[in-house]
Amino acid sequence: MIKATNLSKQYGGQQVLDIETLEIPKGQSFGLVGNNGAGKTTFFSLLLDLIPPSSGEIENQGVKVNKSEDWKPFTSSFIDESFLIGYLTPEEYFYFVGDLRGVNKADIDALLAQFSDFFHGEILGQKKYLRDLSKGNQKKAGIVASFIGNPAVVILDEPFANLDPTTQIRLKGIIKELAEREDVTVLVSSHDLIHVTEVCERIVVLNKGEIVKDITTSPETLKELESFFGA
Amino acid sequence: MLSMLGHFITLQRKAFFRSSSFGKSLALKLLMGFFAVYMLVALLFFGGALYFILRKLLPDENPMWVVSQYMVYWVLAELILRYFIQKLPVMDIKPFLVLPISKQKISHYILGRSGFSVYNLLAFFFALPFVVVLIMNGYPALNVLLWFVGVVAIALSINYINFIINKSNVALITIVGLLFVFFVLDYFAILPVTTFFGPIFHGLYAYPWTVLVPIALVVLAYFINFKYLVKRIYLDASLKAKTETAKTSDLTWTRRFGDIAPFLQLDLKLIWRNKRTKAQVFISLLFVLYGLFFYTQDMYVKMMPMLCFLGVFMTGIFLTNFGQFIPAWDSAYYSMLMSQNIPLRKYLDSKAGLITFSVAVMFFLTMPYVYFGWEALAINFGSAIYNLGVNIPVILFFGSFNKKRIELDKSPFGNMQGTSGTQFLIILPVLGAPIILFSIFYFFFSIEIGVLVLCLFGIVGLLFRKTLLDKITEQYRSRKYNMIAGFKEKDS
Repeated sequence: MIKATNLSKQYGGQQVLDIETLEIPKGQSFGLVGNNGAGKTTFFSLLLDLIPPSSGEIENQGVKVNKSEDWKPFTSSFIDESFLIGYLTPEEYFYFVGDLRGVNKADIDALLAQFSDFFHGEILGQKKYLRDLSKGNQKKAGIVASFIGNPAVVILDEPFANLDPTTQIRLKGIIKELAEREDVTVLVSSHDLIHVTEVCERIVVLNKGEIVKDITTSPETLKELESFFGA
Repeated sequence: MLSMLGHFITLQRKAFFRSSSFGKSLALKLLMGFFAVYMLVALLFFGGALYFILRKLLPDENPMWVVSQYMVYWVLAELILRYFIQKLPVMDIKPFLVLPISKQKISHYILGRSGFSVYNLLAFFFALPFVVVLIMNGYPALNVLLWFVGVVAIALSINYINFIINKSNVALITIVGLLFVFFVLDYFAILPVTTFFGPIFHGLYAYPWTVLVPIALVVLAYFINFKYLVKRIYLDASLKAKTETAKTSDLTWTRRFGDIAPFLQLDLKLIWRNKRTKAQVFISLLFVLYGLFFYTQDMYVKMMPMLCFLGVFMTGIFLTNFGQFIPAWDSAYYSMLMSQNIPLRKYLDSKAGLITFSVAVMFFLTMPYVYFGWEALAINFGSAIYNLGVNIPVILFFGSFNKKRIELDKSPFGNMQGTSGTQFLIILPVLGAPIILFSIFYFFFSIEIGVLVLCLFGIVGLLFRKTLLDKITEQYRSRKYNMIAGFKEKDS
């Protein structure tokens, strides 16, 4: 379970995130929605201890993330291209992440084989470094790398952006499959209301750093969200 | 055209003053500006003194004639220098492509702008005082002034010829080969290259109308560039950054180093696959020869503190060059490293291992200097041990203060990215402390004791390396947010 209490983040007196409490139970597929500057990436960065909170704290399966690093073995993420190592080929990158998470080459190869559809023949065996791949292909590599090592918590920031339609649809399938597993908590942020309502059991809307809606996804959710953002 | 130039200048100015790290790096820019001014003053001074130097060295020869003889070397050397340093800044014009500006204008703009590059000023500032001195010494003003115009025109044509040949390695090899062959022929007096080329360049002075030749050359080179460029102002032609074919390497041999293996592999790939890091390795290897300047001079070979400087410097060149930018080398993906399942300690262990290896290699390479006396070998050994024990932890510790991003694929030449006050502070303890330490014990006791003390410090450092690295790991942890935030800032 992920639990944020009295969590806030300020930059130069400006409040960018202010969450009183937020609990994400284990196994939930959780969607974070909001306009630019709503605090989505800030929340994920706090959860990954990339920035310190101004007040409050986040626990990830009982571990206070800014006090201990014990959350790292079971948490994986892809936030943006700064999570990729540009001078490695995709394969080398996957093996490197595998090394960090104690997964051997053979198991990585087996995992990658499952994603051959998703890769669409544009990632593996291309004789290209990650820095020379297109934005979309970089993203594919980064997303798949976050599945390595059976993480219990997967965090994806804007996974659908920059992907072509086919890949978006395939990614939805992949995330749904992951979300169905009881032991995996998936956190996704998105600007695309349709995708996120399809994929997530629960959707939280952030606006100017505060939680303004907390919805359990139902057939009406999309309408509700559209009317909220359209207003 | 003129108003557009105004626009471009405004843009350049804004890019300078509005860069996010403007305040922070202003000191650095001032420092670089200072160096530039220093260089120019040195050139002016040397240019002015050249006439008198030549008069003194070769009293029987006309200075103009001597200069003309060696101009062929200047041309070749400058071509090589520019080949490495100067590129046509085509990427800068990307935003203008979709604006209503004709491609001719854009081409004229970048080619014209390169005409004012610093590299052209070198010849200008060197020749100007020389010319003034010549005129004051009664040389015919018209001839001398047109000769000056000729020299500037040659510099400009080198400028434009460089852009034409820049993409070809064959051209580079040819020029380097020519320079080498000319020099050998000349040096062993097989073929008098200088006396052959002398009259050609001297003609610029003797027959003023020949100034038209280099001017024609500039115009020709400019137009070849222009024609080439106008046709290629497309995103997929000259503006596209070249991609190299990836070579996968598995480096399984690193496995024997245990759990630091993944990081060691990453570091080796980091070094070989990025221009700037690769250059660091070559520069480090070249600096082995640095000792030759000093060991061969009687003045220095008995000056023990100087030998200690050489020892620390040569065995620690990679340590300082590469080490001072740890962990900024990994800045592009530092947030990934920090959120991955990475024991920070292993990361630092790997860097320490890599530097240890470099110190050992550099020490072995400097071993032949024993030829200049056993002191050199003994001091280099002591320095190497000191570097291993003390300087490695020191440089890693200071690394935690790095928070300036390095773009790995930028050109290594004149690249100050990632440099800040920290780098200058590091040099003091790394180089200064061992020299002072050694010198004190050398003056009060002997060379042997001095070397022994260096070794002792090194060994103590090695014994406590585990504890020291634990402390440093803590330091990195406490600076983590600062580093992540700093490394995210682009365009430093």
